[in-house]
Amino acid sequence: MNLPSSQEIIDDLAFFDDWEQRYQYIIDLGKAIDGLPEDQKIPERLVKGCQSSVWMASRIHEGRIQFDVDSDAVIVQGLLALVLAAYNDKTPAQILAFDIDGYFTELDLERHISPTRGNGLRAIVSKIQALARSATT
Amino acid sequence: MSLDVAALRQQFPILSRKLDGKPLVYLDNAATTQKPQAVIDALVDYYTTCNANVHRGAHQLADEATRRYEQARDTVAKFINANVREEVIWTSGTTEAINLVANGLGQLLNAGDEVLVTEMEHHANLVTWQQACKHAGATLKVVPINARGELDEAAFAALLSTNTRLVAMPHVSNALGTVNPIKALTAKAKAVGALVLIDGAQGIAHGDVDVQDIGCDFYAFSGHKVFAPTGVGALWGRASVLADWPVWLVGGEMIQDVTYQDATWGALPNRLEAGTPNIAGVLGLAAALDWFNTLDKAAVQQHEKALLASAHEQAEAFDGLRIIGNATNKIGVLSFMLDGAHPADVGFILDRQGIAIRTGDNCAQPLMKKLGIPGTARASFSIYNTLDEVDALFAALRKAKMMLA
Repeated sequence: MNLPSSQEIIDDLAFFDDWEQRYQYIIDLGKAIDGLPEDQKIPERLVKGCQSSVWMASRIHEGRIQFDVDSDAVIVQGLLALVLAAYNDKTPAQILAFDIDGYFTELDLERHISPTRGNGLRAIVSKIQALARSATT
Repeated sequence: MSLDVAALRQQFPILSRKLDGKPLVYLDNAATTQKPQAVIDALVDYYTTCNANVHRGAHQLADEATRRYEQARDTVAKFINANVREEVIWTSGTTEAINLVANGLGQLLNAGDEVLVTEMEHHANLVTWQQACKHAGATLKVVPINARGELDEAAFAALLSTNTRLVAMPHVSNALGTVNPIKALTAKAKAVGALVLIDGAQGIAHGDVDVQDIGCDFYAFSGHKVFAPTGVGALWGRASVLADWPVWLVGGEMIQDVTYQDATWGALPNRLEAGTPNIAGVLGLAAALDWFNTLDKAAVQQHEKALLASAHEQAEAFDGLRIIGNATNKIGVLSFMLDGAHPADVGFILDRQGIAIRTGDNCAQPLMKKLGIPGTARASFSIYNTLDEVDALFAALRKAKMMLA
């Protein structure tokens, strides 16, 4: 998986001035991540939203947490890629220090990560933060 | 006479909002309808001029609030043609109304009894009965639907028996828009001695609901689906059934005599209305119905028909679009899937263009499972929508298809 960094994404998205290009970029970003093979989309990894479902698997490698995520919706998958750009292969301390709400606000996408959206994105962020917390204790 | 939709829209302040610089196209009316100024004014007026608790004050303000509050009951009773005003029980909405009945039924059910629901239920009219049956050891039976999303009436008749204690079904399906033949089905259920509850959440805003004509025992609806505020609705129940229906919520207002060890219940409607009610909401509901009653019903229905007909026509011509729910008698709702696009993605792209629809399981997970789909995109129409807005929906869908498929 070759994702740009969160800062690169902020810079890239600032470059577009119409929403279609921004969403196209987000969709393409989602296509760039590997996702999960069907047989790994097990119920324990499922975060069910009312609108779409997301799956997440994680492992710790040399003190950094790595994630695989997948969604049945392409824009959600793209938003997950934005989340991964911030969190993937980072130490628990880096994860906990990262201001995810500030990041989504800077991307002008904060409404997509608000708890009122039933897309599972907020739940994934909470899961990642909880994982990081339990890895530090 | 045709409906002056432009003038009608003027009465809904929210409809002039812009989102991301684009005019709001509100097509999520099955979730909740917008509110006319008359309803907003009624709420403000109540709090500005006569806020007081009802039924118990020894002062003018309380008298006035109580009078308006009880007049609202008359308004609802008349709107649905109740036999008597005491048959109207205020609730927080359809869900609470159904819970009130289901909780009572749970106490009356025995092992071997049956409750009949349909495959097209909203969770509110499914989980309630499912749980009541579970606790009582009774059996929940489910009437299947056909490929068009209509109830299988032969199966309905076959599933009825003298063990059937209650039949619950929607007036109109929230996910499919199917209008059920509730009068005919109620007659069949009554013939075996079953009680009948109609989930009127989607029915109340579309037709002339006449509970006496339907012949059911309960009709539940929410105010917010018929231009009233959220948090208020009503259960209509036949007086002879409600008079000794097991009480659910207990406390103030609903009692007759109380000792430390015992209590007796008051008369209808109070016995089923514990605690301080949503007085402002009730007045808002009455204002909404009064407002709705000023419209030419035939013109309203004709307009709604035209909106759905246009939506269907354009949907059928739209390459790669699959309509979910093709009932012959259908109202208000166009549920659909776009080939190769998840409904949530369609919702995102439409939202970005100022078009508000619902996406997801429509609070009907078993139905989605039966149809073999993760959910739908759902556009639902109300009287203030225009044919231009239907066109805007499809223009936005073409863009969604371009970006997603």
